Amino acid sequence: MYRYDNHDQTLVEERVAQFRDQMARYRAGRLGESEFLPLRLQNGLYIQRHAPMLRIAIPYGMLAGYQLRGLAKITRRYDRGYGHFTTRQNLQLNWPDMDDVPDILAELATIQMHAIQTSGNCIRNTTSDQFAGIALDEVEDPRPWCELIRQWSTLHPEFAFLPRKFKIAVSGATTDRAAIQVHDIGLRLWYNEQGELRVRVLAGGGLGRTPMIGDVVRDDLPWEHLLTYLEACVRVYNQFGRRDNKFKARIKILVKALGIEEYRRRVEEEWVHLKDGPQTLNQAAVDAAKAHFPEPDRRPVAESAIADFERLRSENRSFARFVTNNVTDHKVPGYKAVTLSLKRREHAPGDVTADQMEAVADLADRFGFGEIRVTHEQNLVLSDVPVDELEVLWRELEALGMANPTVGTLNDIICCPGGDYCALANAVSIPIAQALQERFEDLDFLYDLGPLDLNISGCMNACGHHHVGHIGILGVDKKGEEYYQISLGGNATDDASLGKILGPSFFREDVPDVVDKVLKVYVEQRHEDERFLDTYRRIGLKPFKERVYA
Amino acid sequence: MPDSLVHVDHLIAHGELAAENSWCVSYDEEALPEQRPAIVPLGLWLANSSDAELAPLLASDTELTVSLAKELKASPLVAVNFPAFTDGRGYSLARLLRERFAYPGEIRAVGDVLVDQLNYMRRCGFDTMALRDDQHPEDALRALNAFSVRYQTDVQERTAIFTKRLENS
Ligand code: HEM
Ligand code: SF4
Repeated sequence: MYRYDNHDQTLVEERVAQFRDQMARYRAGRLGESEFLPLRLQNGLYIQRHAPMLRIAIPYGMLAGYQLRGLAKITRRYDRGYGHFTTRQNLQLNWPDMDDVPDILAELATIQMHAIQTSGNCIRNTTSDQFAGIALDEVEDPRPWCELIRQWSTLHPEFAFLPRKFKIAVSGATTDRAAIQVHDIGLRLWYNEQGELRVRVLAGGGLGRTPMIGDVVRDDLPWEHLLTYLEACVRVYNQFGRRDNKFKARIKILVKALGIEEYRRRVEEEWVHLKDGPQTLNQAAVDAAKAHFPEPDRRPVAESAIADFERLRSENRSFARFVTNNVTDHKVPGYKAVTLSLKRREHAPGDVTADQMEAVADLADRFGFGEIRVTHEQNLVLSDVPVDELEVLWRELEALGMANPTVGTLNDIICCPGGDYCALANAVSIPIAQALQERFEDLDFLYDLGPLDLNISGCMNACGHHHVGHIGILGVDKKGEEYYQISLGGNATDDASLGKILGPSFFREDVPDVVDKVLKVYVEQRHEDERFLDTYRRIGLKPFKERVYA
Repeated sequence: MPDSLVHVDHLIAHGELAAENSWCVSYDEEALPEQRPAIVPLGLWLANSSDAELAPLLASDTELTVSLAKELKASPLVAVNFPAFTDGRGYSLARLLRERFAYPGEIRAVGDVLVDQLNYMRRCGFDTMALRDDQHPEDALRALNAFSVRYQTDVQERTAIFTKRLENS
């Protein structure tokens, strides 16, 4: 885990004092509503349907146990005793009192956390792979690089008033678990044939109203230049991104308008002047960043313990299901990563109670070196569990309602807050997720369907990533009525793609039936071991359309 | 933006309230103001380059080419306009002027300049900032000094945080 030094701590504390001052000026009428707006947004404070909403940053999804306990305390004291983990690896509080926000931020600072740049037209919290540092397919741990980017982007004086929000994601593995192709800037760390670390820089991806897949700006950037190159990329966007129309202000529109060659030319031209400047990284700086993410002190796990685990797994069907779906292989033999499901019918996807937060923090201390990760699928991960403790952990998770063995299945729905909370919504989304979870809860059926991403958003903004769901559901508004549009074939990982709309939208009650028909077509048409996505890619939209609108 | 003259009496200079301010600002693209010295739109300034009592006002969408940057060096002051406080292009312009083109004179922020932008502006190379009329200068001075630390290098700070940390450890 990254630990703050005096410098980091001073910065977040001064930020709290600054916001307290801004809030006081706002309350005293010395700071107007529209002038206060970007200031509060850059401190994570939205005004929502029922109440303010506070979005707390969890840099690249990493949380320590003591931080999660601190968050639990905050949700109890200032909110309703629960929080909501988001697809951008943040935590949202849905019911804080606006005047408490400076105090909440002050409490966050005591646990080395903040809400800086979780919203607003600035560089947002950088996201990454939830299996960073432990994945079998990783070539470079992205976390130190994310941390360097976090520092570079936090309160960057030139980029606090960009044309629009700006999101960066980093992957260091051969499988992309950070959705880098649908971010404003996506970074992929890789090694060339000479064994040198390089950065592939993509720009212009994004969801929202005009979803796009990012283009490669530079394939083989030497790592030393990461920050100066990012500075050039963002500066070109700051200067040339459209500011006349907020729907056309994202970098994707600029890259599209200029063409990737012209965008690249401008970035390179800018970068020539920044290259080798003071922000150029060196080995010592990177080593210092890496020192914050050491290998935990893992005890060796005996061969016999691994054999015992395999035996338990074959004897206990429930445990076996959990292992198959929620447990991921680890680069160290004898260790596994465990995904804690935050998907239960009784809750909105991603919601966690304060009691659960504390319990998870305790489990992390007992089983996972006190570390928790937040996934962009709105789940939590314990990243370092010895196999001989998996069964005990599983029992504890069962008791907490976090052992749903459905990770990666249709039931593991990504869902935005929608009309129940969000002022921008055209339709509710949480009840749709719940209706689908209720309809498709038979585990054998879910497993038979195999890996399936179903994503729901309550409006065009696409917070729920519906464009990149294998099945995407979007709430639309027609003459004041809620309808749902369904798309198929989206994907957020390596071969990213955007879903295609099936056809006219549906009533809320009909959504589960429609999804059911879509699944039936898949089940009938699939080749052996073919994922839903691959069947769709092979047979196209037509057979689905014919069945659904028959 | 108004075409008329704007007097800037809320001027922050080098981290303090300015003792005096002689420059007035005119947004009129066509005619020169009577008053001097005056900050006038870039086009007018270029057309009247022999008048030493004029200084250029850069619009936020100015493309700072090498030849323009060269011409600007003739003026002791370059003003950058913020048509709206949410328009962040001026920050990049100031950094470019200072860092890439080594502009030696005074860089001034004018227009929709609010208390909470000053800290960033100073770091991007603005020497003087003319606050919008309704802003409170005492709030401005406090906001200017909200931070004693920073993560990035900028016009004032030339040593990266990671380098400093290594030096201190
Ligand atoms: C409840 C309050 C929320 C509000 C008011 C809100 C607002 C917005 C807005 C205005 C956009 C549009 C961006 C664009 O034009 O591209 C957006 C996009 C997005 N939001 Fe939210 N959001 C909220 C909650 C969430 C939550 C809970 C999540 C995660 C679960 C989330 C994640 C995202 C993501 C991933 C995008 C995709 C846009 C992109 O990167 O291209 N938001 N949101
Ligand atoms: S997708 Fe729309 S409805 Fe859902 S959280 Fe985002 S802005 Fe709100």
